[in-house]
Amino acid sequence: MLISNIEIIPGKKIVKHLGMVQGNTVRTKHVGRDLMAGFKNIFGGELKGYTELLNDAREEATRRMTEQARAIGANAVLNVRFSTSSIAAGAAELFVYGTAVVLEP
Amino acid sequence: MGNIVVFFVLLSLGYVVGRAAERNHFKSIRKRERRYRNILCFSERRPPPDLTLPVNTILVSGNVVIAVDYFKVVAAGLRSLIGGQVHAFETLMERARREAILRMKEEAKRHGAKLIINVKLETASITKGQRQQARCVEVFAYGSALVSAQEK
Repeated sequence: MLISNIEIIPGKKIVKHLGMVQGNTVRTKHVGRDLMAGFKNIFGGELKGYTELLNDAREEATRRMTEQARAIGANAVLNVRFSTSSIAAGAAELFVYGTAVVLEP
Repeated sequence: MGNIVVFFVLLSLGYVVGRAAERNHFKSIRKRERRYRNILCFSERRPPPDLTLPVNTILVSGNVVIAVDYFKVVAAGLRSLIGGQVHAFETLMERARREAILRMKEEAKRHGAKLIINVKLETASITKGQRQQARCVEVFAYGSALVSAQEK
């Protein structure tokens, strides 16, 4: 499965458009990480726990999108966009969407 | 009285440690930027016309979450009384953005790419509107790395 955020893949032809596919996940952090983050707020610096958390969450969202694309018979997702929103205190939604297509080499 | 002492201890800790951390971070960013200088980043949506085919397209990304130190919070709070430019937060955002781009480049290098097109940057404050919570900002950078398929 090819995933890309450009519309035209060099050297490949789109033979079929299958419409939009999407994947999302809502994550919240746990207390231990938050406690550490509290300390970090005095000294500043990177919050590695949060970086990992958001990275994992994005992978999960992408995986869901890929599954959806595979289910409708696509072999690529193009023009992929990521979006983040904080929906409630301490919870963030990671959302990824793109166009499912069939590519021919 | 105790509160004031705690406040000043936190303020000076944030100032001293936060500034040292920022200086080291900028130093490390500059060093790594020189190392990855040969990987080109474009926000252009289309691949360059002189691209040699065939190429593989890989989605590469990098993210970073950076916390605000106590001194910056206080400095920004004072600044909001009179308005204007908040330098403390500007450097914070710059650090986060450059770091995210660097991490994206690191991933591109692992795939052997020399070119990243359609680079998008996304900023999110993941803990918005919470008091007594970590104040931090996330920057996420992503783009399409083009890897020449012939070299492999």
